Amino acid sequence: MLADGFTWDLGSDLHQLFQFHFMVNAYRAGTVVAVVAGLIGWFLVLRRQSFVGHTLAIIAFPGASGAVLIGISAAWGYFGFCVAGALVIGAVRRGRPGEFSEESAVVGTVQAFALACGFLFVTLYHGLLEDVNTLLFGSFLGITDAQVRTLLAVGLGALIALAVIARPLRFASIDPDVAAARGVPVRVVSTVFLVVVALAVAETSQITGALLVFSLLVVPPATAQAITARPVLSAALAVAQALLATWVGLAISYFTDYPSGFTITTLAFAAYLLVHGARWMATGRHRLRLAR
Amino acid sequence: MSESERRGLRTVTPADETGGASSAPSPLGADPVVELEAAGVELGGRPVWSDLTLTVAPGEFLAVLGPNGAGKSTLLKTLLGLIPTASGRVRVAGRRPGVGNRDIGYLPQRRSFDPSLPVRGIDVVRLGLDGDRWGVPLRSTGPVRDRLEQLLELVGATDLAGRRIGQLSGGEQQRLLIAQALAREPRLLLLDEPLDSLDLANQAAVAALIADISDTEQIAVLIVAHDVNPVLPYVDRVLYLAGGRALVGAPEVVISGPTLSALYGTPIEVLRTSDGRLVVVGHPEAASYHPQLHPHEAPAG
Repeated sequence: MLADGFTWDLGSDLHQLFQFHFMVNAYRAGTVVAVVAGLIGWFLVLRRQSFVGHTLAIIAFPGASGAVLIGISAAWGYFGFCVAGALVIGAVRRGRPGEFSEESAVVGTVQAFALACGFLFVTLYHGLLEDVNTLLFGSFLGITDAQVRTLLAVGLGALIALAVIARPLRFASIDPDVAAARGVPVRVVSTVFLVVVALAVAETSQITGALLVFSLLVVPPATAQAITARPVLSAALAVAQALLATWVGLAISYFTDYPSGFTITTLAFAAYLLVHGARWMATGRHRLRLAR
Repeated sequence: MSESERRGLRTVTPADETGGASSAPSPLGADPVVELEAAGVELGGRPVWSDLTLTVAPGEFLAVLGPNGAGKSTLLKTLLGLIPTASGRVRVAGRRPGVGNRDIGYLPQRRSFDPSLPVRGIDVVRLGLDGDRWGVPLRSTGPVRDRLEQLLELVGATDLAGRRIGQLSGGEQQRLLIAQALAREPRLLLLDEPLDSLDLANQAAVAALIADISDTEQIAVLIVAHDVNPVLPYVDRVLYLAGGRALVGAPEVVISGPTLSALYGTPIEVLRTSDGRLVVVGHPEAASYHPQLHPHEAPAG
């Protein structure tokens, strides 16, 4: 890439990494997105709603490509389509968190159509559209100061909304019947959370691409929840992993030719494998001991 | 698995024959916790039960029996204000249902928790304390911690505080959920089949725990049960729901062959085993009853 190359001198590496403004912005945006995705994803995984996150991400793709086609920023397409999608899902879905079985065919149908529309928009747009890979698999190039500010503002808004509903949301996720009996407006809380997820998905899509949002939204929280059941600690671990994967992933991508979507996802996946491997070994040894 | 329901353990006092009016034993002369006057509920336009009159005093332990679909869970949801009444009058702690749910501890029908769910025993109890409040508490304050410790001690679950809820046995989960229901010092406990899918030893232990708490804290308890035997030593009265009718009475008066035969219009015998368990024989749906065949829970790790 543009760099002189990776050295074992960390100071020199950091200096190289941040010598260009686009890279500074990549780190700013990546940091915002990692914090937002780690915290909101923590609740998404708790509620067993990863599938909804995936659906919203797929909806993000035609949103972004459509926005570019009509000449506005892709970011508006991401936010607009994700939030609209969340409201539609919130309005039509029944049942409890995680129970999406009866609607899975509907969701699959909508996903296919969304992807097809996105493909159409990309094809119709013959101009300077970076390319379809960027929308699907992410890119850290060319993030403007204004984009960083938008990410920060929307991310803060989403996190504040999450903080307000956090406790009843957790109650409703674990124990919807008792929460309802205690007066928690379960449906309202679920729908607000879907909108919060939509904002997180839209933000994450802008770094990892629509297809790789899980690398920050699902993988770090799932890993953290496997490490500990302490709620605050595991949420903090989720954010820490998302940050680490983003920061190190961007650096690797900068010094090598590997795309950031790949490096970030691979780092998150490596942590997941490590933790589950360690757990498997631990329980295996435990079983062995019991067998003796 | 509700053999006893299908066989129709059924309880009626002579006074109840016409519709279920009952005078609750009111040891302290205190205000009743639950009052229903000729109450009726409809679901999807079809009446579930009607003309239910019942008064429950503080500290009273009442078992709710009846076949599947008789509206036992519906009764609990009505008291919570989750289902509206179609007729009659319902008061919970002197107020309309749904208004004073802070005074009610509710245990819905058995929930299953994923073993990997990142929720510890103490988190489950804490939900009962302040899980419905807005905002995020990052640290437990002293009074909250003290109350949680007290609750865990009350149900004998202190050593379960740090374990994941989904990895505990059914009996252990039930203790924590009872602690959750008790968190705000309710005046009324609504328990929907809390003994279901517990093994016999745990059924007895959890029933004794509930009865003890009801007695010492003067909490009225409505317990939906598919088998009256585990709670038989503790119940003051039983409420039987069947065929849209509701009957209330003392168990020893009511669980008798002639009464049940009259109710079902078919010969039914009630046998008493040497250890005091009641076995109802003769109901058409009751082929046999083997409590020992209930799914046994996995031993605690």
